[in-house]
This record gives sequence, structure tokens and C-alpha cells, in this order.
Amino acid sequence: MEVKNAVAGTLESGDIMVQIGPGKAGAGLVVDLESSVAAQFGKQIRALITDTLKDLGIDNAEVKATDKGALDCTIRARVTAAAVRATGKDVWK
Amino acid sequence: MMFVPGNNPGMMADAHIYGPDSIMLDLEDSVTMAEKDAARLLVYNALKSIDYGDTEMVVRINPLNTPYGKKDVEAVVKAGVDVIRMPKTETADEVRELEAEIVKVETELGCVGRTQIMAAIESALGVVNAYEIATASKRMMGIALGAEDYSANLKTQRTPDGKELELARETIVVAARAAGICCFDTVYSNLDDMETFRKEVELIKTLGFDGKSIINPRQIEVVNEVFAPTAKAIEKSLKIIAAIKEAQAKGSGVIAVNGKMVDRPVVIRAERTIALAIASGILNKEDVQ
Repeated sequence: MEVKNAVAGTLESGDIMVQIGPGKAGAGLVVDLESSVAAQFGKQIRALITDTLKDLGIDNAEVKATDKGALDCTIRARVTAAAVRATGKDVWK
Repeated sequence: MMFVPGNNPGMMADAHIYGPDSIMLDLEDSVTMAEKDAARLLVYNALKSIDYGDTEMVVRINPLNTPYGKKDVEAVVKAGVDVIRMPKTETADEVRELEAEIVKVETELGCVGRTQIMAAIESALGVVNAYEIATASKRMMGIALGAEDYSANLKTQRTPDGKELELARETIVVAARAAGICCFDTVYSNLDDMETFRKEVELIKTLGFDGKSIINPRQIEVVNEVFAPTAKAIEKSLKIIAAIKEAQAKGSGVIAVNGKMVDRPVVIRAERTIALAIASGILNKEDVQ
């Protein structure tokens, strides 16, 4: 699936900004995470980002995520929004 | 009913902490065109994941004649929203069109009849058609006044005493009562003028509204204070309800409390007083079991 550059989310408290772009051939999903809770929850946040992208059929992309204390549901929503904007995929009918 | 922008995840996560009776996540006016897709996903995921407890969850969708409305319906019905709020409702046909969209999604999910509708009346035509709108669907749980658009449509503006809203407010209350559904007043946007806000809440309570739309948690306390029944009224209502239960147990149809005969309108008022006391946190449900 072709991935273009796209972004979703904000840098406000409780949100996460997700920037997505094409990955290098064969590199898979590469997630660069910036978060004040990266030491405690970085592994889970990265897993949530990659799982959400895989569910949407994206397995090769570069992601830059700047977390401001987002809940899991917010991370899922922002990653999905960025992915939809990057691929044109419609998650609704 | 507290309005929360549908593209602000921080506010969406915290809104229920303040204890509003219902939360309205907004996909319409508070969200820019460029963010409609992202807000829809945020609202969908929040409804699916956040435990809002007993708080009634409402989502204001975009009108069905925009590129966003039908997708909004699909998303929020799939997420299990309690109530869909229709913006700028002007005719009963618009309500039936929304109901058909809801049925499509509910049929796919196997949960036909789950989602309720609230219609916001925000124009002169909407006010003229208020009763037809209120009775257009069995799913209609309430109608609400949207005063900013209504005032603009009337070619006037909002004033502190709300003179320009008199006819709309009274029409909406009468239409709702005739239809047997709820009615909700519009928002008051000036957070620096709590005195005028309180007067407005007192006015709409007197007119018969069931509640007030609010835009900030600071307004909750005032609404609850104004709508809360007095201790004397609660005591009297509890006596009436107890007497009714006792009479029913004995098979008697007529009762008296403090030497006065209690007829049906008195019982209805007593039940409403108790419901308000519970909603205001003065009584617990267990107190009236």
C-alpha cells in the first residue's frame, strides 16, 4: 500500500501528534517515539502504533509520534487518522 | 448536557469527572472541515474505550446533506452512542431520513432500536415545525433550542434577558410536552457572567425545560442548584410516593396525604421532584426503593 506523508493530532495535553511517511524498502514499520512517559510506557505505545497500522494493512512506513499523555483510544484514533490521510483508505463505508 | 469539542481528546477524557447528566461530543460546529475525519475517529474510539459510567452520551453529528453526516452516523452507532443529536433540524422528513440511516447501521450490527435521537431546533422553520419534529420518530427522546443560529435566522442577536428567544422556548416546551419527550435549553456562552447565567437557568426551569446545555464544568453547579428541589418539596413528595405504594398494596385507588386528596397530577409532580432530587445528588436511588 502506497504511503504518502501525512499528519494527525496536536501537541496539546492529552493528545499525540502522529506523522507518517513512506518507509525504506524492507525496513518494516519504524516508530520514533517522543514521550515524557517513554521510560514507563514506550514499549506499549510503540506496540499500539504498529498494531493499529498493521490492522490497516500498512507494514512499511516511518512514523514520528510526539505523545502528550494520550490515552490508548486517542493514540489509536490519531494513528488511524494519519494512516487514512496517508493512504486514502476509507475506514467507513 | 455539557458540550465537548469532538477534536479535543483531553477534554473528552476528563468531561465525566465533573458529573454532568449527559455529555455531548461535538462533530459539527466546533470541528473545522479539515479535522472532521480525525474528530470522527477520536469520538468513535473514545466511546468504545472510555468508561463514562451512568453519564448519557450524546454526539452531535454533521447534517446529512454534508459529506460528513452519514459517516458520522455509521461511526457513532457502531461505537454504541446513546443519543444522536441532529443539528439545524427543520422538518420531520429530516428526522425520518436520519432514522433510516441509523436503521441501516443497526441492522448490520443486529441492534435495531438502540440509538435515540435528539433534534436541535435552530431556525424559525424549525420552531414552526417543532411538534412535527418532536413526533417524527419513536426514537426522539428530546428537542433542544440552538439559540445562536436561531437568533441569526431571525435577523436579531442574543440579549441578556433572552427576549428574542421567548416564542422559541415556549414553543419547544409545549411541543415536547405534547409529544411526551424531553426539552433542553440552549447554551449560555459568557463564562464571566454567572449571575446572568443563573437568571437564565431560573427562567428556563420556570418555563418547563428539563435541563440546560452548558459549555464549561463551572456551569454544572449553578444548573444543579437551580433545578434541585427544596427539602420541603422532597419530604412532601416522598410522603406522596409512600402513600401511593401503600394504597396500591391495599388495592385502594384514592389516597390522602396530610388530609388532602392526592390525584394523578400531584403524583406526577412528586415523581418528577424525586427524579430531580436523585439527578441533583440530594437523594440516592436506594432512598426511594
